[in-house]
Amino acid sequence: MGQEILWAPHDELEKIQLEGMKKTVVNCYENIPFYKELFDEAGFDPYAVETLEDLKKAPFTCKQDLRDNYPYKMLAVPMKDVHEIHMSSGTCGVATVGAYTHHDLEIWGESFARGIEYAGGTEEDVLHVCYGYGLFTGGLGAHYGGLHTGCTTIPMSAGNTERQIRVLRDMGSTIICCTPSYAMHIADTAIEMGLDPKKDFTLKAGIHGAEPFSDNFRADLEEKLGYKVLDVYGLTETMGPGVALECMEQNGLHLAEDHFIAEIIDPATGEVLPDGEWGELVLTTVDREASPVVRYRTRDITRILPGECKCGRTHKRIDRLHGRTDDMLIIRGVNVFPSQIEDVMKTFPEVSSWYQIELTTVDSLDRVTLKAELYPDFDFDQISAIEQLQKKIEAKMKTDLSVGIKVKLVEPKTIERSIGKAKRVIDKREGVK
Amino acid sequence: MKQITVFLENESGRLSAMTQCLAEAGVNMQALTIAESAEYGLVRIICDDPEAALTALKVGDYRAIATDVVAIEVTNQAGGLAKLLETLDGLNLNIEYGYCFSTSDATAIDVLKIKGAEQAVAAIEAAGFKVL
Repeated sequence: MGQEILWAPHDELEKIQLEGMKKTVVNCYENIPFYKELFDEAGFDPYAVETLEDLKKAPFTCKQDLRDNYPYKMLAVPMKDVHEIHMSSGTCGVATVGAYTHHDLEIWGESFARGIEYAGGTEEDVLHVCYGYGLFTGGLGAHYGGLHTGCTTIPMSAGNTERQIRVLRDMGSTIICCTPSYAMHIADTAIEMGLDPKKDFTLKAGIHGAEPFSDNFRADLEEKLGYKVLDVYGLTETMGPGVALECMEQNGLHLAEDHFIAEIIDPATGEVLPDGEWGELVLTTVDREASPVVRYRTRDITRILPGECKCGRTHKRIDRLHGRTDDMLIIRGVNVFPSQIEDVMKTFPEVSSWYQIELTTVDSLDRVTLKAELYPDFDFDQISAIEQLQKKIEAKMKTDLSVGIKVKLVEPKTIERSIGKAKRVIDKREGVK
Repeated sequence: MKQITVFLENESGRLSAMTQCLAEAGVNMQALTIAESAEYGLVRIICDDPEAALTALKVGDYRAIATDVVAIEVTNQAGGLAKLLETLDGLNLNIEYGYCFSTSDATAIDVLKIKGAEQAVAAIEAAGFKVL
C-alpha cells in the first residue's frame, strides 16, 4: 500500500507543481491585497506564468510580511472555510498565523503520514506523539499524520516524562514523534529509572525534528533507544511538520514536491543556486488554500541533494538543516552557526551531547563560553586530564571556526534539559537583542 | 584500593552538598583531599564503602569515578614516608600524586597513584611493605 505519488516520475510531479503554482500565484494576487501590491510593484504578472522557471520572476516574501498582516490579512479564503489556526511561537515579536481549510488539513495529514510510511509504519502501528499540542504545529501535525495512516494515535503532548515512559511501555508504542532533545531526555530518564529503552520499549522508529541535531546526537539517540531516528522538517508559515521527511536511508529529507516547490537561494543576493549548493530554502505552496505562500524565505540553511535516493522514491531531498540565517552568531565579526560548534563537539567523545553556548561582553569584547558536560566514562582522575581536554576542544574550535571560544566543563545536569526545542545559545551581550 | 574521584565545579556549596550526599548514604570517609584549578576541583576520597559512595554520587548527579590507588602502611614516626619513597625511587616507580593520613598512633597510610599499579604492588610488597 502506501502513497503512490511518492514513486511518480519526476516530470509528473513537475506537471502537478506547475498547475498548482499557476493557481497559487493567481489566488494570492486576487484574494490577498498584500500580494497584489507586491506583485504589481515587482512587475510580476501572475497570469503570464507558463513554466516552473517563471516562478523566479516572482518577488520573495518573508516572515515580516506575515507579521505585518497579522492576524487575518494573509487569508485567501473566506473565514467560513477556515477550519483551524496555528501560530508560530512569536518569540521575537508578533506571531505569524497559519490557517487551514479542510483540504489543507488533509494534505498536512497526508504529508506527515509519508514520514510514518518511511519509518515502515502502517495502520497496525501505535503512534506516540509527544510534540507539544496546541498552537505549535508539532503535536497536531504528527497527530493528523497518524490519523491519515490509520495508526492508533496517542496524543501525549510534551512533558511529564515519567508518564511518557509508562505509556510507552504500557501501550506498546511502536513509533514516537517528538523533538530530538526530548527523545534524549526520555531515554536518559528511562535509563535512570533502571529501564533499558532498547528492551523495555517496543519502539521501531522515531520521527524527531523541529530543531537541528548533529549526526553524533542521532547516533547517541539510536544507541540508547535502539531504533532508527528520522528527521522531519516543516514550518508553521507553510504548513507545519511534513514539508520534508527522512526515509530509512537517512540521507536527506524527501520534500513533499506535489505540495511544495523548493528553491535554494544565496541569502545575500537572492540568486537561485543549483542543486548541491548550500543556501536559504525558499518555499512556494502548490495547493494550499487558506494560507498560500509565494517564494517564502524560510531562513533555514540547507541544500537540495543532487541525484536520486537509494530508496527509489522520486521526490527530491533537502539535506539536514545546517542552521538558520537568523541563528547565525556574529562573534567579533566572524559568522558562526551553532551547528558548526556542534560539529566540533561531536569529535570529542569525552563530552556528552548536552552543551550550551553563552555569549557575554567582557571589556567591550564578545566572549563565548561553551559549557559541556563530561561523558560518564571519561577518566578525569587528574586535573591535567581535564585541562588538556579543555585545551584540545578550544584549539579545535579556533582552527575550525576562526574564533576563540572558552570551554568550561560542568557537572552533570547543570545544562537545562528541555521538553521542547533545546536552548543551545544564551546571548547576554550588551546591545544584542 | 579503590579511591573515589569526584568532579566538582569550583563554586561555593558544591563540596558541602557532595559530602552531605555521602553522609546520607552512610559512607564514612577515612581521607579526603582536594586538587583544584581556578575552575574545577577534584575531590579524592578513601572511604569504607566505595561501591555505595559511587552509587550515591551517581544518583545525586555527580560525575564520580573509581580509581585504583596503592595504599601502603608505614610506621607512624619520623621518616616513615621518606623510607617508602626512597624504596619506590629505587624501584623506578613514578608517582602521579599522593597523600597521607594516620589511622593510629602506631601506623600511618600513604596513598599513592602510581603508573602500572599492579606490578608496583608486587615490587613494593617484595621490598617489605604492607600494601592494603
